[in-house]
Amino acid sequence: MECVFGMVGKGFALVVADSSAVNSILVHKSNEDKIMVLDSHKLMGASGEAGDRAQFTEYVQKNVALYQYRNNIPLTTKAAANFMRGELATALRKNPYMVNIVLAGYDKETGPSLYFIDYIATLHKVDKAAFGYGSYFALSMMDRHYHADMTVDEAIKLADQCIEEIRSRLVVAPQNFVIKIVDQDGAREHSWRRTTKD
Amino acid sequence: MKLDFSGLESSAPLYGGNNELLSDGFSAAPSFDLPVTSDFDDFQKNSIQMVKPAKGTTTLAFIFKDGVMVAADSRASMGGYISSQSVKKIIEINPYMLGTMAGGAADCQFWHRNLGIKCRLHELANKRRISVTGASKLLANILYSYRGMGLSVGTMIAGWDEKGPGLYYVDSEGGRLKGTKFSVGSGSPYAYGVLDSGYKYDMTIDEAAELARRAIYHATFRDGASGGVASVYHVGPTGWTKLSGDDVGELHYSYYPVEPAVVEQEMTEAVAV
Repeated sequence: MECVFGMVGKGFALVVADSSAVNSILVHKSNEDKIMVLDSHKLMGASGEAGDRAQFTEYVQKNVALYQYRNNIPLTTKAAANFMRGELATALRKNPYMVNIVLAGYDKETGPSLYFIDYIATLHKVDKAAFGYGSYFALSMMDRHYHADMTVDEAIKLADQCIEEIRSRLVVAPQNFVIKIVDQDGAREHSWRRTTKD
Repeated sequence: MKLDFSGLESSAPLYGGNNELLSDGFSAAPSFDLPVTSDFDDFQKNSIQMVKPAKGTTTLAFIFKDGVMVAADSRASMGGYISSQSVKKIIEINPYMLGTMAGGAADCQFWHRNLGIKCRLHELANKRRISVTGASKLLANILYSYRGMGLSVGTMIAGWDEKGPGLYYVDSEGGRLKGTKFSVGSGSPYAYGVLDSGYKYDMTIDEAAELARRAIYHATFRDGASGGVASVYHVGPTGWTKLSGDDVGELHYSYYPVEPAVVEQEMTEAVAV
């Protein structure tokens, strides 16, 4: 029942993810941060199997840092997305990583961008993306109300509408959500939407 | 890593046809019925699921102001048979770190012992103790590399390091969670109920021990795969100490003593007419 979704606005990109760590009927933790800050200007929201999610995202994070140390220049969002897709594709026929990723980044030259990366190594550059059971509700909400060049307030309002819809319509809806944003000032946590304190 | 498929082989003899050497009273190679599955691609996953022991146990751990409280039951069950009532499910990795056992007993014992070795090597190589974060990451990475091969481990690593008390949940699926309160095993939903309603960060050590003991007791009361002795350990700044080990049957009568029943009606002698 994991939900990750994201959208691009005017000069920023937003990623929203639920924060529950679940094992069959038990919620072990409801404040698990599933949006990793990849580097100063990239966010990676990941959903999927617990072990794969943590291991693959950390592997990508360390390799992105290594590239920057070796070449003295950070990877662009597009390059990072293609690197991730390549790793997923290589592992696919032997030992697939069951992780779905929404990558959001800000580059000085090209501005904000959002990438949809599937567990079978699909890669698309998109304006809005969603994964998980929540995507059934979030995608249509975003299709209806999204428009290009939204302000931060408009995008947060749309994200809140999606979260409300997921909360009211999904049978085992996650309790808490985290919202992270990336713009020219960097990638940072924006806010939480909680129903339970943990 | 060579996987052992001997359990999945059918009972047909190796050399084709009826070999006299094999059919003179000695049984064929041990095997079990292959799981019926219409999904051939999931076959391996299904067969691993079949041999995977369910995590029949109750273990819990939580962080409070004076450290970490760790508690577990002591029953080992094989299906409906209770094979032991005195299993040590809290494993002493080193004098300041504990691990709990849920899932396969052998897997947990071996990998915790292995983790203890790696922690000691870290101490010798770096002249300082390993953190709880580091120890749990070592274990999680090892378990991740054996993913899909049938290990069954659901463990909590509890310890006290330079940053204070630390608690991590690590399982054989490769998941690793940092938290303040966890319960693992078939009895864990029952334990969570008691734990969540009674938890306060500012408990004393005695209050926390009583909460842990009570939570294990209630889980053993309702869950058939949990029972035996409720052990409670405390991890403080100077390391771990065992606080108590009480038989849950005796705990039951101390929490709910037998009241003498009120007699409603007395039988009297029938009067002969």
